[in-house]
Amino acid sequence: MNDTGSLVTLAPDSSGPAPTGERWIRFAKPARWIAIAGAVGVLAAPFMAWAYRPDALDDVSFWGEPSPLQWFAFALGLLLLGCLVAPFVIKPRPGRRPRRLLAFNRGAKAAASGSLVYFAVASAAIVLELGGLVALEPGAWAGLAGALVATVATRALPEGHDPRLQFLNTPAWGQILGIVGAVALVLFAAAYGLGQDGASTFVTFGVLCGVGVYVAARVGVMGWLSAAAARNRRALVLAAFAVAFLFPMTQDGSDANMSIAVGVLIFAATAMGLNIVVGLAGLLDLGYIAFLGAGAFTAAILSRSAFATLGWSPPFPVVVLISGTVAAILGLIIGSPTLRVSGDYLAIVTLAFGEIFRITMNNLDGVDGPNLTRGSNGIPAIPDLELFGFDFGESHMILGVQIGRFANYYWLMLLVLALIILVFTNLNHSRIGRGWVAIREDERAAEAMGVNVFGLKLLAFAGGAFLAGIAGAVKAHVDVSVTPDQYIFMESAFLVAGIVLGGMGTVGGVLIGASILKLLPEKLRFFEDYRLLMFGVLLVVMMRFRPEGLMPDERRQLEFHADDDELAEEIGENIEAHVIPSLAGAPEPDLKGDDA
Amino acid sequence: MTALLSARDVTMKFGGLTAVNQVSLDVAPGEIVGLIGPNGAGKTTFFNCLTGMYQPTSGEVEFDGQLLPPKPRRVAMAGVARTFQNIRLFQNMTALENVMVGRYARTGTNAIDAVFRLPRHRREETETRRIAEEWLDFVGLGEAADLLSRNMPYGDQRRLEIARALALEPKLLLLDEPTAGMNPQETREAEELITRIRGLGMAILVIEHDMRFIFSLCDRVACLVRGAVLIDGAPETVQNDPRVIEAYIGTPVDVAPSADGEGDSDA
Repeated sequence: MNDTGSLVTLAPDSSGPAPTGERWIRFAKPARWIAIAGAVGVLAAPFMAWAYRPDALDDVSFWGEPSPLQWFAFALGLLLLGCLVAPFVIKPRPGRRPRRLLAFNRGAKAAASGSLVYFAVASAAIVLELGGLVALEPGAWAGLAGALVATVATRALPEGHDPRLQFLNTPAWGQILGIVGAVALVLFAAAYGLGQDGASTFVTFGVLCGVGVYVAARVGVMGWLSAAAARNRRALVLAAFAVAFLFPMTQDGSDANMSIAVGVLIFAATAMGLNIVVGLAGLLDLGYIAFLGAGAFTAAILSRSAFATLGWSPPFPVVVLISGTVAAILGLIIGSPTLRVSGDYLAIVTLAFGEIFRITMNNLDGVDGPNLTRGSNGIPAIPDLELFGFDFGESHMILGVQIGRFANYYWLMLLVLALIILVFTNLNHSRIGRGWVAIREDERAAEAMGVNVFGLKLLAFAGGAFLAGIAGAVKAHVDVSVTPDQYIFMESAFLVAGIVLGGMGTVGGVLIGASILKLLPEKLRFFEDYRLLMFGVLLVVMMRFRPEGLMPDERRQLEFHADDDELAEEIGENIEAHVIPSLAGAPEPDLKGDDA
Repeated sequence: MTALLSARDVTMKFGGLTAVNQVSLDVAPGEIVGLIGPNGAGKTTFFNCLTGMYQPTSGEVEFDGQLLPPKPRRVAMAGVARTFQNIRLFQNMTALENVMVGRYARTGTNAIDAVFRLPRHRREETETRRIAEEWLDFVGLGEAADLLSRNMPYGDQRRLEIARALALEPKLLLLDEPTAGMNPQETREAEELITRIRGLGMAILVIEHDMRFIFSLCDRVACLVRGAVLIDGAPETVQNDPRVIEAYIGTPVDVAPSADGEGDSDA
């Protein structure tokens, strides 16, 4: 009896807000007020001028009239203030257990450091663009100071409880509404970001997006969203495609961004094909771009271009199939002798294959070999597609919006990408996909279980190549000309980097990874020279902090963070339920005796 | 009675080393045969020869009236499933997925079926899942279906590997040290599991060092020493054979202490 009594009195203490190791907890109260002061500074900053001259960022030189970027800063400030003030406003009803839906303290910490990063990047951009610290007006200083104060002060706040929002019982329509809202936000962000011409504005906006996602994750909104997305997978997929489909409508017939978008889609489609080979079957292919090239060259040779060397131009759907088949046959040719090696050796062989392809295309010029590709000149002047009377080269008015040439191709590519994703997921969730993953995990064990290792590897190679060939066929028409030097090793490396960055073996992750890798260099022309350096740094940083990729497979996440506390907690219940019975031995009856 | 598996004069040489030397062994349908022998006797190498992982230097293996080709996949399809001495699960797949891979050789969905989600794919997928769940339940891991196999306790990983092998619906199950590294409790559970597998009418060939396990479970025991079969017979015969004792713990100075020594090492 005494024992149970002491347990009850202990309970409030042990659930109190003081995890060990947080030395500054006793300052939590004043710290909150100091942080609020900082937040007020952040909120005031947008109404002051940040820069001396108008040509930095999106003109932040006015007093009292915030530019969009300044409004975003204001929103960050509101977020910060809201997280700080919320505990005063939201009190548990007397006699009820607190619901703890959102982790406000974590949100405040994230919002504070996020604002600091945001102001730092914006200020750095101003300083760089206008030449010196003099260009910084009081607004920037106020924002920096406020964010810094808030950041330091929020460190003293306790970490608090885990957000429980994802366990909230939301009706299905609420979940779908949330998904649609989030996806619409993504569309807005993409359209707005791509609309920014200034590289510094683009970067600052990108930082804002990152900060927003981070805060949402810490506060618990992300957890709810991903739970809702997991439960309404179909709605998520539909919403994502609807948004991708609507994207050209936001561009007012301008082709500048659409050409980038088409490039991103082609890259993503190719990466998705490679994802079968690398992500599922675990075969590192460093020459994959050759299959895209094979598809492109096939489509170019079979096109109506005056420079096409065969003089036979079947309709495009047939060309697509032929391009895919040619690429797949190449995949079989390179695969059947080399798939007996694996790991690093396979990587080297495929790398060499990629180079062989490029050099061969260079040499099929009528001098060193038959004239098929016109050598390094390639095949230019590939005419636009015309499918079912729809001319892809023309602008069309659809629903009162001008849809230009690249927007047409964008929709075609979206269709191709959707097909490739469908093939990927259907294969992944089948006997074939399980066989691939088994081979990736343990080839010999898979073989001993009757998995047709060689056949499946070959299928992965040929299937991936087929998909890349299809993407290549469209690419030939988008690019107008096809030359061997578009298909260099660097492109293969970027494809692999995109997959690793996003999360191997996933659909969403690879789409995001590929988009980032393709989009950034397009928007940030000025760091063209440092592109490789930046990607190298990015990959090293990723490998250090998030080796499983941005949007990992659940499996992968566990693989890399098996001894991580938070994740361990998540899976803890499962494991506990499992380990304890198997450990159950002599001590069990003793404990029961005490309880009674 | 015709043997289910019959290995005839299987020899495996690695360069100058003869790991397995003219080993002949029969396993009758429904029989549990134990394979014992000191470390390095060639037991696992013999297993690898049986399952096609190694191509024997000479000799042949007949299974169910047909010669087994030295291809692991063909051996598996013929109906021989195995587990590994050091567990070889697909670590980043869930327990259920691991067992579903075991169904690979017994299903026929091809890429076309899967891409277009044809009826055959769906039918087989439901069927595969159901059977895999049944085998998980059979080995007592029904609750752990969604755990990653790498996060499972050691004893459960061993049982999962057996479930994966069982999903192949083999006629002969080869178990390579199923109780290695287990505590007495887990060993007892494994023993019970293998008895239940025998109840299904499957023949089992098991390598094991736990003598109590072997002698209480097996219908017949073969002892392998330095690559050759020393003795092949009823458990009692093998247990009391002085050559077996000698192979395991060396030549006794006199008979009485060696018997004591055996008792100690067992306890």
